[in-house]
Amino acid sequence: MGLRTFKGGVHPYDGKAISKEKPIKELKPQGEMVYPLSQHIGAPATAIVAVGDTVLRGQKIADAGGFVSAPIFASVSGTVKAIEPRRVATGDMVNSIIIESDGKFIETGFEACDDYTELSDDQIISKIQNAGIVGMGGAGFPTHVKLSPNKPENIEFIIANCAECEPYLTSDYRSMVEEPEKLITGMKIILQLFPKAKGLLGIEDNKSDVIASLSKLCEHEPRIEVVPLMTKYPQGGERQLIKACTGREINSKMLPADAGCIVDNVATINAVYTAVVEGKPVMDRIFTVTGDSVMEPRNFRICIGTSCKEILEAAGGYIHEPKKIISGGPMMGFALLDVDVPTTKTSGALLCLSEDEVSKYETTACINCGRCVDACPENLIPSRLSKFADHGDKETFEKWYGLECIECGSCSFACPARKPLAQSIKTMKKMVLADKRKK
Amino acid sequence: MSDLLKVSSSPHVRAKDDTSRIMLYVILALMPTTVFGIFNFGYRALLLVLVCIFTCVISEWLFEKAVGKKSTIGDLSAAVTGLLLALNLPFTLPVWQAVLGSIFAIVVVKMLFGGLGQNFMNPALGGRAFLVISFAATMTHFEYDGVAGATPLALLKSGEAVNTLDMLIGRTGGTIGETSAICILIGAIILILLGVIDLIIPGVYIVSFAIFVCVFGGHGFDTSYLVAHLCGGGLMLGAFFMATDYVTSPITPAGKVIFGICLGVLTGIFRIFGNSAEGVSFAIIFSNLLVPLIEKVTVPRAFGVVRERKPKEVKADE
Repeated sequence: MGLRTFKGGVHPYDGKAISKEKPIKELKPQGEMVYPLSQHIGAPATAIVAVGDTVLRGQKIADAGGFVSAPIFASVSGTVKAIEPRRVATGDMVNSIIIESDGKFIETGFEACDDYTELSDDQIISKIQNAGIVGMGGAGFPTHVKLSPNKPENIEFIIANCAECEPYLTSDYRSMVEEPEKLITGMKIILQLFPKAKGLLGIEDNKSDVIASLSKLCEHEPRIEVVPLMTKYPQGGERQLIKACTGREINSKMLPADAGCIVDNVATINAVYTAVVEGKPVMDRIFTVTGDSVMEPRNFRICIGTSCKEILEAAGGYIHEPKKIISGGPMMGFALLDVDVPTTKTSGALLCLSEDEVSKYETTACINCGRCVDACPENLIPSRLSKFADHGDKETFEKWYGLECIECGSCSFACPARKPLAQSIKTMKKMVLADKRKK
Repeated sequence: MSDLLKVSSSPHVRAKDDTSRIMLYVILALMPTTVFGIFNFGYRALLLVLVCIFTCVISEWLFEKAVGKKSTIGDLSAAVTGLLLALNLPFTLPVWQAVLGSIFAIVVVKMLFGGLGQNFMNPALGGRAFLVISFAATMTHFEYDGVAGATPLALLKSGEAVNTLDMLIGRTGGTIGETSAICILIGAIILILLGVIDLIIPGVYIVSFAIFVCVFGGHGFDTSYLVAHLCGGGLMLGAFFMATDYVTSPITPAGKVIFGICLGVLTGIFRIFGNSAEGVSFAIIFSNLLVPLIEKVTVPRAFGVVRERKPKEVKADE
């Protein structure tokens, strides 16, 4: 059986064994919850509650700020304490709704749906839109927008991103082990929107148990197929996943829909299930707390808005003081200044490392070895791009396809001179794109 | 607690290979042919190896001290240059000439251009070229078993018969490290297994050179003539250890292929039509000069980017 994959990529230490066998545990937060109004791509949501209001779990507290935007829901019952800027995982200050939980978790009523096959396409899309679903793998792109392509009849593949290629993360894995029916049903709901499309579940072969169990579950689902993929970072990158599953290639100027594909992460498809079948908006998500500094690495079902600090305490705190704490995985996650930041719809993990290997290394001269070229999944020459970036040469940077970079970090990972290649390329990309917007 | 956390841009992990480890792998891979050379030619070979390595490392250190830069001898690249230079010298070369060659390699070819990663020419070969031109007599004087004589390649050029088995094993005259094709190949396998080099440059080089020899060598497809050419002179050492020098070879995949063809053709021209029997070092040096141009025309197409503006067709039916 030839495993499908893409060209390039790297094999970092995967660290998944630490939390892989830990079942999902419900975590009921105490005290203060923070809901940043911008936790998706697109216009920030607008608050529809005022300080002093009482809210219930599942109640909408902020409305979508436009079509490309998403509403936000309270995940606890309690009182709105403030609406003010708070620091989020990326380090930015974002206007947020702060709710003091009453610890009772009283829910508003949810309207379950007994038979989703009777729903019209518009009904499904509006349920997804009204539930505030966004790409929960990290990108945060509003899902209802993704599911409304210009030409729906051209969509041939709905790809579930079950790769979970970031090291250490196990939340998607646990959800596929413990609640695979959500994924399958969620996929069937999306497939209902695209009658000609086929559902593909792209799973890395380090999760062979899940490949086996999902294949069994899909035995009688003619429209869904499990696609085993080679374990390699960034296998779960959207363009890499499309290439591996369908052989098609897209570039930075195209959408997956241009190649007849729509890609959604496991957590997103689960949220589609929850929204359409159970009628519940996005309030919870599965979250991995892991790393060698954590007392009891775990997978939690958290209420979105819970502080990372509280999740960490629920995992027993630290064994030894961490040097670096990362929101997300080690390849693309954000290093945190402070653990007291809220979780959002897109937060999947908190990784606490007792050593920061990056700060130990010294950058030396580029020896032109080409390891970054071999590692780059986008077929770029990262060492040169970073040089153009350092010289501020925007023109050559673009000519050498610098804007195609997906910021996966494989080049920096592979570089024997320990150069922060991805960092300079990312910065340059932002500058070039900013220039373009000005024009 | 929060002020103790380290913050940096992702990724937060790194692969284990760093520059000095890669250089160490190269030194390790050069050991079979070095040890064979020392056994083959005696203690003087060992002396030259040690002198070259020592001089290269010290010159780099002194140069950096003099210009007030941080010492980079820890990356072991100077040691690799010294070792490679020594392997490219006849064991009879006077020590002071070896010292001069090492200083030239490090100071002129490498450090004056900005040090590791900035030189456009392989330092060891630059040093060797300097010595060949300056001290032609001692650089082309080869002895084997105490008898001065021509190298197999020189014999081949004058139309005499050579023993290809001796050439494979390395029991012939030549420079310290170039004689044993087998030992060099063992080293090459080590480099490939450790992921230091891939086969593109040496493979294309050797194949295009072999084709050139078949077409222009005047012997047609004569296996023993071909094997003698492949195992003779510096071809094997050059193909696997010097043409693959990261700094002075193209980084683009297509560029590597073009670079290999340039090497094969130039080596063929120099060996068959040139005055000297040898041609590898100058072929590599000339090709090194072409690298920036080769890279410029071989920028690979990014993933998913269609050449010739094909997306327009898609737009037409929208």
